[in-house]
Amino acid sequence: MEDARGAVEATARSSYGRLLAYLCSATRDVAGAEDALGEALVSALSSWPIDGVPRQPEAWLLTAARRRLIDRARRRRVQEKHQEPLRRLLAGSAATAADAEAFPDRRVELLFVCAHPAIDPSLHTPLMLQTVLGLDAARIAQAFLVPPATMGQRLVRAKRKIRAAGMRFEIPPPHELPARLEAVLEAIYAAYGIGRDEAAGIDPHAENLADEALWLARVVRERMPGEPEVLGLLALMLFCDARRAARRAPDGRYVPLSEQDPAAWSMDAIREAETVLGAASRRGRPGRFQLEAAIQSVHAERAQNGRTDWAAIVLFYDHLVRLAPTLGARVARAAAVTEAHGPADGLAALDGIEHALAAAYQPYWAVRAHLLRRLGRSAEATEAYDRAIGLALDPATRRFLLARRG
Amino acid sequence: MEYVVLIYESPEDFASRASGQGHPYNAAWRAYYKALVAAGVYVGGEPLQDVGTATTVRVRDGRPRVQDGPFAEAKEQLGGFMLLDLPSLDAALEWAARCPAAATGAIEVRPKDAAAKEMVIAP
Repeated sequence: MEDARGAVEATARSSYGRLLAYLCSATRDVAGAEDALGEALVSALSSWPIDGVPRQPEAWLLTAARRRLIDRARRRRVQEKHQEPLRRLLAGSAATAADAEAFPDRRVELLFVCAHPAIDPSLHTPLMLQTVLGLDAARIAQAFLVPPATMGQRLVRAKRKIRAAGMRFEIPPPHELPARLEAVLEAIYAAYGIGRDEAAGIDPHAENLADEALWLARVVRERMPGEPEVLGLLALMLFCDARRAARRAPDGRYVPLSEQDPAAWSMDAIREAETVLGAASRRGRPGRFQLEAAIQSVHAERAQNGRTDWAAIVLFYDHLVRLAPTLGARVARAAAVTEAHGPADGLAALDGIEHALAAAYQPYWAVRAHLLRRLGRSAEATEAYDRAIGLALDPATRRFLLARRG
Repeated sequence: MEYVVLIYESPEDFASRASGQGHPYNAAWRAYYKALVAAGVYVGGEPLQDVGTATTVRVRDGRPRVQDGPFAEAKEQLGGFMLLDLPSLDAALEWAARCPAAATGAIEVRPKDAAAKEMVIAP
């Protein structure tokens, strides 16, 4: 009884995204496929404990979900004379009967739909988390600081649009691929929520999703192993993940990168990151995520030789800011310039950022406070620390900055 | 759009008021207030005295009934309120999450009801 229940849960965990992606790629109806798969899981919970766990649990769930979809499409056909999805579904079901276990993995196609330019960019990541990973709307809402009902409505609306607008479940053609792939990678990166740990601004909500983001990046790599930016993103997240345990002291206090003990870094994660980044750079097509990974790679070298080559980091940031002048990259570049050339140059770099843009950006104020302190401008430093503290979300970051401010 | 932000503080957080400016919780509040003002979203607000000073009035059978204590008993007590001017609920929740009281207490965010006010103040 408990075993059968465990089998349903295990299959759901490992195969939910694959099953859902396959089911909705034929109909473009994500919500319908979610319902059908959900019903299939419910009926597995009642029938597996009695009939035993099927030999091919994935195939069982797929068949059960597909039967429900076909029933529904038949009913719709009568109502709407809507034959196309039904025809596609029936064609697919002959194929699965022959080879039930080896149904194609369409998760990457689903990711491209989730990050489609016709969908509000703020929903790209939530859609991915719900469809490919099966996270529920309440958990996603929590991570994105939105009420659960609101997040639920937004996701429902987006899925309705996917179906109504007829978005194609495919890997985009070569001329569209770079921009479309960037949107997918951007959304995965947003789930990871990194780039903040240098500036004492860890986002505790995003940190909860780090494992999910890594997993999504691996899914994309499986299908597109030759895309250097896919590898770049995976390497970047692995480098940052290697430091996850070192970012908090035993008492929960935040520890900035410069004060972390490299002995607490995961060497396995760093080695994997280096391998992945090496494979990316051999393609000879640098990009934003590869550059960010390269910066993290320089930081990781401290584990070997005890020092950080800040001049190299500044060079990578120069490239990065030219390629993608995001606020985060510009603030991080100013911090790197400080380490390489001193606080006066660092402050000059920070002053190059438009004030209005940085008004509510916590890392900007944390870096600024630190620079002013080093320059001996204590009244201004205190002022900037206050801004950084006031904008902080996380009690550990707040405590850290309060202690610095003195 | 204006949002009313109700701040429910844990007893420990509330008690730290007595410890003066140097206490981390109070220092965090000073910084939070500064950030709100600097971002141009702060409209107004007031902290309240402790819940022991609360008195609740109801009129029943035509007679006012006065009760010693707050309207609702809970561990977290209403410690103050703010009025913030922000473009969306998402932005309001972002600021609410930054509130020092959010880490142990709770912050309730609600949009102001402009139509109800219009109805009340209309000549």
